[in-house]
Amino acid sequence: MKFAILVNEGPYTHEAADSAYQFTAAALGAGHEIVRVFFYHDGVNNGTRLSVPPQDDRNISQRWSELGAEHDLELIVCVAAAQRRGLLDADEAKRAGKDSDNIAEGFQISGLGQLIDAGIQADRLLVFGD
Amino acid sequence: MASKRFLYMNRKAPHGSVYALESLEVVLIGAAFEQDVSLAFVDDGVYQLLLNQDTAALGSKNFSPTFKALGDYDISKIYVEAESLEARGLTRDDLMPLTWEDEDDDWAEKDSIHIVSSEALAEIIEQQDVLLNF
Amino acid sequence: MSVLHIVNKSPFERNSLDACLRLAQADSAILLIEDGIYAAQQGTAVSDRVAAAMAKYQIYALSPDLQARGISEDRLIDGIKTVDYDGFVQLACDFDKSQSWL
Repeated sequence: MKFAILVNEGPYTHEAADSAYQFTAAALGAGHEIVRVFFYHDGVNNGTRLSVPPQDDRNISQRWSELGAEHDLELIVCVAAAQRRGLLDADEAKRAGKDSDNIAEGFQISGLGQLIDAGIQADRLLVFGD
Repeated sequence: MASKRFLYMNRKAPHGSVYALESLEVVLIGAAFEQDVSLAFVDDGVYQLLLNQDTAALGSKNFSPTFKALGDYDISKIYVEAESLEARGLTRDDLMPLTWEDEDDDWAEKDSIHIVSSEALAEIIEQQDVLLNF
Repeated sequence: MSVLHIVNKSPFERNSLDACLRLAQADSAILLIEDGIYAAQQGTAVSDRVAAAMAKYQIYALSPDLQARGISEDRLIDGIKTVDYDGFVQLACDFDKSQSWL
């Protein structure tokens, strides 16, 4: 089965970010394909590499990066939502004249069309939000 | 590839959170993909379609006029749940008039808003391929 | 099969369960996750409605969310099944599509 995952909320504030991760990990563990994980609204904040959670807590963005690397996942952050919230890759930072980027390993910034495309390609789209 | 039926389910009021605005942005982008698109407005989502929204004093973007452009994107299936309207003391007259032009009917201007019962909307949900919620 | 409805908010805080019960067709499934699991308990203000809804729907609650909140399975309404994340994935496969009542 081919799944697409939409993550609408950021890390730590809403359990949605955890639920999306746990579902994705379980689906991969059961041998399913994840077409794409798309991060929208505050969900884009899952893609920052600058979060420094306490040692005894999970590192949500790093956890996505690791799962992404292990399974060659497409972790796509919506460009419009990301720009509003200050989540930038090197190209975006340069274009916007910002002094730094902050996107985590394995995440890519792309357009909303990637969400629609994921809905078209996947057998199932699961939405996690508030 | 055959087109899929996408339904955007809107249950949140505008302005109090960003979901309504960013949902509409997905609808506009998604329109280019030539899928079968429907929008549903349920619960506080019906407030997104209210007339006379003015955000000037908030300093935020008033995106409500953008709904009027949906007809230009061939989006003509906008379902508003009657029970949600009634629960909020609203009628069709409180909503923005949204129309589309029917190419197959000499470009006649037609209503995009369809006020439907819960039962009818439940059936519409059942008929979809992809359900998007924000 | 039809729709897997997912409810993630407490029925005492939001109306997402109400919307789901109003707009889900018979033979759908309802999966309670996150704070949605509070609707699965016996002896609450919504228990009777949820129990009555079981004539129309299969209702599931996500066990990791129950455990996290200290809600043991013996406090659930009779007939509500529990699933873990593997079970959640299986439900998502078994039903044609999912509707998250955000």
